Amino acid sequence: MRSDRKLRILIGKPGLDGHDRGVKVVARALRDAGMEVIYTGLHQTPEMIVSAAVQEDVDGVGLSILSGAHNHLFSEVIRLLKEEGAGDITIFGGGIIPDEDIAKLKEIGVGEIFTPGDDTDKIVEWIRGNVRPRA
Amino acid sequence: MAVNKKEDKEKGEPSVVAREKARWEEETLKKFAQKNPERPERFTTVSDAEIDRLYGPWDLPDFDYIRDLGFPGEYPFTRGVYPTMYRGRLWTMRQFAGFSTAKETNERYKYLLSHGTTGLSVAFHMPTIMGICSYDTRSMGEVGKCGVAIDTLADMEDLFDGIPLDKVTTSMTTNAPASILLCMYIAVAEKQGISSSKIGGTIQNDILKEYIAQKSWIFPPRESMRIITDLLAFAKDKVPRWNTISISGYHIREAGSTAVQELAFTLADGIGYVNAAIEAGLTVDEFAPRLSYFFNSHNDFFEEVAKFRAARRMWAKIMKERFDPKDPRSMMLRFHTQTAGCSLAAQQPMNNVIRTTIQALAAVMGGTQSLHTNSLDETLSLPTEEAVTIALRTQQIIADESGVANTTDPLGGSYFVEALTNRMEEQAFEYINEIDEMGGIIAAIENGFPQREIADAAYHYQRQLENNEKVMVGVNKYVMEEESEIDTLIIDESVEREQKERLDEVLKRRENAKVKEELAKLKKAAEGTENIMPHILESVRAYATLQEMTDTLKEVFGEYKDPGYI
Repeated sequence: MRSDRKLRILIGKPGLDGHDRGVKVVARALRDAGMEVIYTGLHQTPEMIVSAAVQEDVDGVGLSILSGAHNHLFSEVIRLLKEEGAGDITIFGGGIIPDEDIAKLKEIGVGEIFTPGDDTDKIVEWIRGNVRPRA
Repeated sequence: MAVNKKEDKEKGEPSVVAREKARWEEETLKKFAQKNPERPERFTTVSDAEIDRLYGPWDLPDFDYIRDLGFPGEYPFTRGVYPTMYRGRLWTMRQFAGFSTAKETNERYKYLLSHGTTGLSVAFHMPTIMGICSYDTRSMGEVGKCGVAIDTLADMEDLFDGIPLDKVTTSMTTNAPASILLCMYIAVAEKQGISSSKIGGTIQNDILKEYIAQKSWIFPPRESMRIITDLLAFAKDKVPRWNTISISGYHIREAGSTAVQELAFTLADGIGYVNAAIEAGLTVDEFAPRLSYFFNSHNDFFEEVAKFRAARRMWAKIMKERFDPKDPRSMMLRFHTQTAGCSLAAQQPMNNVIRTTIQALAAVMGGTQSLHTNSLDETLSLPTEEAVTIALRTQQIIADESGVANTTDPLGGSYFVEALTNRMEEQAFEYINEIDEMGGIIAAIENGFPQREIADAAYHYQRQLENNEKVMVGVNKYVMEEESEIDTLIIDESVEREQKERLDEVLKRRENAKVKEELAKLKKAAEGTENIMPHILESVRAYATLQEMTDTLKEVFGEYKDPGYI
C-alpha cells in the first residue's frame, strides 16, 4: 500500500547561513514533480531537523548548506537519525561543497550531493531512483 | 503642454523621423528580414524584460534633458552624484575579505592595502553575523568559514592591528548586530588614539533586506528598527563621517529577484528607514546624507547601467517629494556595487573573470562610488590570494586602461539606455506604490510580499535555464567534461579550537563584575526609551562578548523566526 503513496521529502536548512534561494527552488521543483515537501525554514539545528523528519515520517531528507559547515552538520544529522531508529531515511544535499568533502560525506552515508549548475530535473530523477517509501 | 503639442503634431503630420522609420521598415527591414530572418529566441534581458529591435527618438517622446537628466552633481542626479565623477577621484576599489581568525584576516588586509586596494571591507563569519559566539554549540563547524570570527573587542583589536583607522575607510558587512560591531570599531580607534569623529566607513545595518532576502536576522522587524534609529541618532554626533546604513539590493538580487525588483524593494527599504528615523524624532538632513546604497551588477550590461541611473533619479524624487530635505546630499544616492556572485559558475571557472569584467564595467558606466569584483573561484570556496589579485586587477584595468573613466555618464543620451532607464523607473514605482498601499515595507515584509515575489522570479529563472531559454556558458551551453583544477582556500578545522582558546583567554582577563553591570544598564535602556548605543559601547569596552549583548537584547526584544515561505 505505502509504496503507492507520494514520496515525502523533508527539505532542511541547517546551520546559520541564510542563503535559501537554492533550497526554495529545489523545494518547489520537488513539489511540482509530485512529491510531498516539508520545508523546515532557516537556521535549524541538527536536532530540530531530525525531530521534524521523525515526526513527519519522511522518506528522504535533503539538506542545503552554503556556509562551509557541511562536514559537521551532515554527520550530526546522520548520527541523530540513527539514534532515533530512523537510520533508513535517505539523506542527500547540496551547496558549495568541495569534491574532497563530497567523497567523505558519501562515505559516512550521504546518498548524493548536488552542486551549483546541477539542474532540478537531475535532483528529481535521483530521488525517484534512490528514495523508497519507508515501510 | 509640450507633450500635447507633440502628440497633435504626430497625429496631424507625422514627424520626419516617424515617416522615415515607417519607410525603412517597409523598404529595407522587411525585405532584409524575409531573406535573413531574426534568430528565433525571445530577445530579453537577464531579468526577462523584452528588448526591442531598435531604439530611437520615438522611444523618448517627451524627453526633457533638464528634467530627466540634468547635470552631474545636481538634481535629479541621473548622470552622477558628483560634478566631475571619475575625473576627480576614481571609485573606491574595495575588496570584501574575511576568513579564519582576526590575525589571519589582518594579514590579508595588509596584503590588499599593499597592492593598491583603497578601502577595507570586512566579511564576518556566520556566528558573528547571527550574534552568536564561537563557544556556542550552534557555531560548531562554522567558525572562521565564511568570514572572520569576532567574539569580543579583543578580536577587533587583532583585526585592525597596525592599520591606522584614520587612514583607511572600512566597510563592515553586519546587520542585526551592526550597532555592536560599530561600537567595537570605535573602541579600537580610541585605543589607537584616534577620535571617533575622525573615522570613516560603512556598516551595512540594513535589516529590512535581511527579512526579504539574506535572512540573517536576530530580532523582529519593528524592534530592529528601534535599534537602527538609536544608532542613527548616536552616529550623527559621535561618528559623523560614518555611512550608517548601506541599503542593499545586492542580496535581493542574489536571492533571485529581477533587476526591477532589486531596484524597487531596495528603495522601498530606504523609504522605510527614513520614515522610521523621522518618527523617532530626527530631522531628515541629520541622517539622510549618511545613507548609502549597495547594488548588484549582473550580466545584462545595459539593464544594469539603466538600473543604476534609474536608482539615482528615483531616490532624488522620492526624497524631494516625500521628505522635503534642505540639504541636497539628502537626495543623492551614493552606492557601492558588487558583481553578481549568483551569475558565476563552478563549471569552467576561468570564465568567471570575463563575467566579472562585464559586470564591473556596467557598475562604472552606471557611476558607482565603490566596487567589489568577485573572484573566479567564489562558487567553490572563499577566494585565494591569486584569485583576489585578478579581481582587483580587473578594476585597475578598467580604471587605467579602458578609457571609460574619462567622462561622466558616457551612456547618457543613448536612446536605448534612456528608454530602459525610464521603463525600469516606471515599473519600480509600480511596486513601490503597491508597497505603500500595503502600509509600507515593514507591513509588506510581514505579509511575505517581497519574499514571495523574489522566490517566484528565482524559480522562473531556474526553469528558463533548465529549458535552455537562458544561457550560462559552460553550464547549459558549450559544456565540457572537466576536472576542477583550480586551487581553493581551505579553512582548517583547527581555527575553531584556536578561536575558542582566544575567547577563553579574554574571558579570564576581563572584569566580570563590570561586564554584568554594563549589560544590566543596556537591558534597562532597551526596556525604556533611552538610546542603547552608549551602553553597547560601554559593554564593548568591558569586553562583553557579542553574544552576551545580543542575548541581553533578545530578553527585551524577542527573536524572529523564519516563516519558511516556499
